[in-house]
Amino acid sequence: MIDQKTAMPRRTWRNRNGNGSPFRGRWARLPRSARWASLLGVALLAYLLPYVGSIPGIGPQIVTEGIDWPSALFNISYFVLLALGLNVVVGYAGLLDLGYVGFFAVGAYSVALFTSPDSILNTGWSWLAAVPVAIALTLVSGVILGWPTLRLRGDYLAIVTLGFAEIIRNTANGAEFMRGDRGFGGIPHPPGSLGDNSPIFGVRDATPYYWLGLTIIVVVIIGVRNLEHSRVGRSWLAIREDQEAAEMMGVRTVKYKLWAFAIGAAIGGFGGVMFAGEQGFLNSATFQLLFSILVLAGVVMGGSGNIPGAILGGALVSYVPDRLRGVEIAGTDAFQFRMLIFGFMIIVVMVFRPQGLLPSRRRAAELADRAKEATA
Amino acid sequence: MNSRTADGRQLLEVDNVTLRFGGLVALDEVNFAMRTGEILGLIGPNGAGKTTCFNVMTGMYRPTAGTVRFQGRPLIGRKRHEITRSGIARTFQNVRLFPEMTALENVMVGADIRDRTSVLGALFRVPRYWREERASRAKAMEMMEFVGIADRAGEVSRNLPYGVQRRLEIARALATDPALLCLDEPAAGFNPSEKAALLQLIRAIRDRGVTVLLIEHDMRLVMEVTDHIVVLEFGKKIAEGSPAEVREDPRVIAAYLGVPTDAA
Amino acid sequence: MHFHSLFQNFGELTVTGLAQGAIYALFALGYTMVYGVLRLINFAHSEVFMVGTFAAVLTWGLFGLDQDSATPSVGAVLLLLLAGFLAAALAAGIMALIVEMVAYRPLRRRNAPPLVFLITAIGASTVISEAVGIGTHRNVSSVPPLIRPSTVVQIGNTSVTNIQILIVGLALVMMVVLDLFIGKTRLGRGVRAVAQDPDSAALMGVNKNRVISLVFLTGGLMAGIAAVMYLLKIGGTRYDAGFHLGIKAFTAAVLGGIGNLRGALLGGLALGLAENYGSGLFGTQWRDVVAFVLLVVILLFRPTGILGESMGRARA
Repeated sequence: MIDQKTAMPRRTWRNRNGNGSPFRGRWARLPRSARWASLLGVALLAYLLPYVGSIPGIGPQIVTEGIDWPSALFNISYFVLLALGLNVVVGYAGLLDLGYVGFFAVGAYSVALFTSPDSILNTGWSWLAAVPVAIALTLVSGVILGWPTLRLRGDYLAIVTLGFAEIIRNTANGAEFMRGDRGFGGIPHPPGSLGDNSPIFGVRDATPYYWLGLTIIVVVIIGVRNLEHSRVGRSWLAIREDQEAAEMMGVRTVKYKLWAFAIGAAIGGFGGVMFAGEQGFLNSATFQLLFSILVLAGVVMGGSGNIPGAILGGALVSYVPDRLRGVEIAGTDAFQFRMLIFGFMIIVVMVFRPQGLLPSRRRAAELADRAKEATA
Repeated sequence: MNSRTADGRQLLEVDNVTLRFGGLVALDEVNFAMRTGEILGLIGPNGAGKTTCFNVMTGMYRPTAGTVRFQGRPLIGRKRHEITRSGIARTFQNVRLFPEMTALENVMVGADIRDRTSVLGALFRVPRYWREERASRAKAMEMMEFVGIADRAGEVSRNLPYGVQRRLEIARALATDPALLCLDEPAAGFNPSEKAALLQLIRAIRDRGVTVLLIEHDMRLVMEVTDHIVVLEFGKKIAEGSPAEVREDPRVIAAYLGVPTDAA
Repeated sequence: MHFHSLFQNFGELTVTGLAQGAIYALFALGYTMVYGVLRLINFAHSEVFMVGTFAAVLTWGLFGLDQDSATPSVGAVLLLLLAGFLAAALAAGIMALIVEMVAYRPLRRRNAPPLVFLITAIGASTVISEAVGIGTHRNVSSVPPLIRPSTVVQIGNTSVTNIQILIVGLALVMMVVLDLFIGKTRLGRGVRAVAQDPDSAALMGVNKNRVISLVFLTGGLMAGIAAVMYLLKIGGTRYDAGFHLGIKAFTAAVLGGIGNLRGALLGGLALGLAENYGSGLFGTQWRDVVAFVLLVVILLFRPTGILGESMGRARA
């Protein structure tokens, strides 16, 4: 049965927000080529972000002070990646996952286990060789978590997923082969070298890692969008909106929920793989629960169920605290206030914009176009 | 049309179905059969077990005893989505659309039922994806035109007026290509002209070759549109027959005594 | 696996498990009551608890006590305990009310979906713990040795300390009081009515906002009492003391059946015991793993917890 208490009010508050912003309407009316061109432009600008500091005037306002700007951008890139993955699980399929960091950890640890000289496996693979294995393992871990928990209702699922992340963290802490807080060192960086034989992915400059992250993000966006505009995406939304009615319409809910978990997990695993490749070291202290909670806050703050929203939310969650590092407020470093300010930001955004900064308008205008095409 | 006009083949048999919730007997050895191509009315006072009967047929509840056979095969114990795939579709008493999805998408969820595009196929947009996506959309549009709401295809379903939502639900159910369509009080909250239009729609659905099971409070509508009527009271079948027979049946009159015949 | 150590220390593990479980149970009440009435996870409840611990520490500080003080006389200890419990309960209760008013009420007025409540609560939780963290320079605040742990009862090789008896006894008393309050009083009836069906309750003249405030306040009071128990047991607190314990308390609430008061008690005790037996069997580093695996296993067989949910239907 759908929960009347929660399902009914939703309609009213959404209604009040009317039928989308003027921007959205204009965007939908643009010809297809113009839309593609603008998206390409946005992507290009994103690749140029490492140099934003050189823009006179606003540039220095944007770049971070307490942490070098390319590193901050790299942080943003894996937070955005995680937000995109979590958006599949929470935003599309409506499965509340509080332990998403668990998949990030599975991805990162898989790489560490197969590549690090500290690992008992002693395989010493390259980073690239470990990537497919790590992604496969996270995918499987998503299914393993999903399988027993799919029958649970929303809030129960939340605590079980949270427990799952804690189990992974505690295993990393407690199991001998996971090396606890001693961690794994010497994790190789991604391959490739420049003309003068210096590696592309070095230790001094995080810019290439950011570009790598951005490239993965672009690929993930395309993939997620493809799924969204297919029977898979429709099945997810139907499950989110009314699981029982979806079943009655022939949707195989178990299958699609499992896929949502697996795909979300795999994307989170990608984040972990990137993280391990950049840091070169990881231990059990890396994967705090707070991390998943931040990513979830990002997704909802940005606009759950909407790709641009997830991107914006993920970026904010990483950028705002990093930007506050090294800034002086009333004579003290704002670094120690960063989470406080961030918490206030969450409250203010959610109270004044409960639908998120970039809410999903269920593709209304776009689909209206297509409906016309179909009848013509 | 008061004789059983259908072609005579049995489509669905409800055989001695009993359902208990704790001490409450919701359905008590209910028996009836439906023939391909007919419109069967399931009526009875409030709380008689009509919707419960529906829910047993569509797999939402599992009966305590008895069987339901559809096209000769037992339904009990099969998963809901399998029951839908085998050809039974339904609407809900209190409209249950996917409110955040557009009208078109709602119907496409139903139309997707026979698609075989895999998740990977959708991810990489293989040719089958394009083919089936086009087919689903065309099918969904056809169904919306059939129920007369094609002009609302792009609107988010929660923003649609109530009457359109009701029709949308019917279009969504029809998009699954059912052999049997179960309508749960489709006329609830309708004014007389809307009811008249609905009556036309139900007949048109039957003319497409879809057998219709109708739960309805509005006696006039039921008497006018159905070929055969089953009357439930307190979970028991108390009468069955053509509309004319049922109208004259003393037990039915007693059951409805004091209840105005067009109470809706 | 250390079966030997499990059997040898079985009594000891049981007693410490019960004491830990009693704290979980009182802490869990806040989650369970709010969930019962509003169907939402009050993520900020962990910080309500944390504020309670600091209120007690501050109060004892006002009496000129810190961790280096000598143990005061019996009369003074009773007075100080009372003051500590009162201060913690009040502070936590007020904190819970503030959270409700600042973070939840505006959203309820806008009929926001449940997920938004959760995120706002996360924001509120961050603000409270960070504010306290900054105020205390993220240091541990220790409490004066009000009660020196001493063995009161000895059965075989199992010793039960005065602190453990105080914790378990007080928790049981509080649970009974709350059970009676919800079950027998007019205010309690209002709470049950709203838990069962908010709309009809409103039609019957129950003031929903008052009931919700009452639920937050009660949950806060109980968390405050749990906070002092925690201090007596652990000896100190920190700005992030609530987070991890809160997750455990929430687990306890779900384990017993969220929305169900007696479920919170049962879940708390079950979790405390399971954790202690588990750490006896596998080693202390596996304590949390055992707790969460237990949760998953129980939910697999009873998807709504041991006693099932509902504050309205069951009498309590």
